[in-house]
Amino acid sequence: MVPFAGYEMPIQYGSIVQEHQACRRSAAVFDVSHMGRLRFDGEGSAQLLDHLLSRRVIGMKPGQVRYGLICNADGGVLDDVLVSRLETPSGTDYHLMVVNASNREKILKWIQPHLADFPKVTMSDRTEVTAMIAVQGPEAIGICSRLFSVDIAGLRYFRGVVTEQFSKPVIVSRTGYTGEDGIEIIVRAEDALRVWENLMLAGRDQGITAAGLGARDTLRMEAGMPLYGHELSEQINPLEAGLGFACDLDDRSFVGDDALRAARQRGATRARVGLVPEGRRPVREACAILDAEGQTIGQVTSGGPSPTLGHPIAMGYVQPAAAEVGTTVRIDNRGRVQEARVTALPFYKRSRTA
Amino acid sequence: MKPEDLRYAESHEWVHVSEQDGQQVATVGISAFAIEQLNDLVYMDLPEAGRTLKAGEEFGEVESVKAVSPLYSPVSGEIVEVNSQLPDNLEWLNEDPYQKGWILKVRMSGDEGLDQLLDHAAYQKQCAESG
Repeated sequence: MVPFAGYEMPIQYGSIVQEHQACRRSAAVFDVSHMGRLRFDGEGSAQLLDHLLSRRVIGMKPGQVRYGLICNADGGVLDDVLVSRLETPSGTDYHLMVVNASNREKILKWIQPHLADFPKVTMSDRTEVTAMIAVQGPEAIGICSRLFSVDIAGLRYFRGVVTEQFSKPVIVSRTGYTGEDGIEIIVRAEDALRVWENLMLAGRDQGITAAGLGARDTLRMEAGMPLYGHELSEQINPLEAGLGFACDLDDRSFVGDDALRAARQRGATRARVGLVPEGRRPVREACAILDAEGQTIGQVTSGGPSPTLGHPIAMGYVQPAAAEVGTTVRIDNRGRVQEARVTALPFYKRSRTA
Repeated sequence: MKPEDLRYAESHEWVHVSEQDGQQVATVGISAFAIEQLNDLVYMDLPEAGRTLKAGEEFGEVESVKAVSPLYSPVSGEIVEVNSQLPDNLEWLNEDPYQKGWILKVRMSGDEGLDQLLDHAAYQKQCAESG
């Protein structure tokens, strides 16, 4: 167990590789209660979030989920978040924003002064009164289909619903951070253990496996997904990070939009790339990326072995000239230089047969 | 080699000293406890035979999915043999850490380092306290 943003989190329950493989082949369950959950009620919630997010929030329909960035005025990333518009069975309409654990306090402070412009909006931090569980893998939907009052199999990707698991209220969304199909469930904290146990029982025959932070990291790396504090920070803008798809820059205004439009005009000074190091020695975060002459042209932001591919993988930032897929770069791996090939992200893509 | 008959460094290497042609040769490996703690080994970096080591000196590293751990020589002397097949067969460390999983043989230049080593009971105690 390790302390993580105020939570005690397991790196692994058993073996990181086994937990990783369970997610790729069958199903894995992750306790992601450390993620921050902020709820916005009242008229103007969509306008407030639209003002804060790189992504359009106004016009989202009940049940929709969107990925976006919260940027500072310079266009630097304060956090990457998921926003859902949800509707309770009794007809209450609200927005929910899931933020990174390590950024929760910062984001609460960031939003606070903006609330004055939207006097009917109440923001409530639901993190500690709720828990969050992710079920991910090719068998996840099948395992969970019998557990909720609504048919989860009918829930489309990036959609969410307020429902029940055996009379316990839950929010279920078809989202995740592994590159697999699956869902994320938000429950009342006091119901979390029961919901977790029901999931483990329901997936017993399929070999459902509890998975820790270690597997969560190797899975998201294979899926090419950025992690705040590694691929994302206040010194990086979303365009460099390859998250232009999550920036609606036209016909609207939000915090950081001018800086991002200017950055788009200027062109990138660096780009996030996938890297496949030669050989079997993994490269890690903070290793320098060098050109053929030994000049530093970037830095590794995440790296490790890929259990699915059987060789090391990494992500990092390089100068645009070296960002083209197929470019050979060198990585200073703790004093020893190792060649690496720039590759397209993601490293792993599930086959969408379902 | 039986784990009970070995001696251990606090940094989890095991040592077995035997006499070959009138010289003390130490076989060095890493304990089953350490391998279990490392979890999911993916890479190992070993030195070449012929290199001289001092007791406590780093001679290589073993890497798991999450972390890199340095390996330290429990004794001083010259490396006379390296288990060069081990990096390609890391599962040997899990299956048989005290036989197939040996790492180095060191021709000892003296007793330096030996008095720092723990016997099996003392090492077990250290592991129980850290686990």
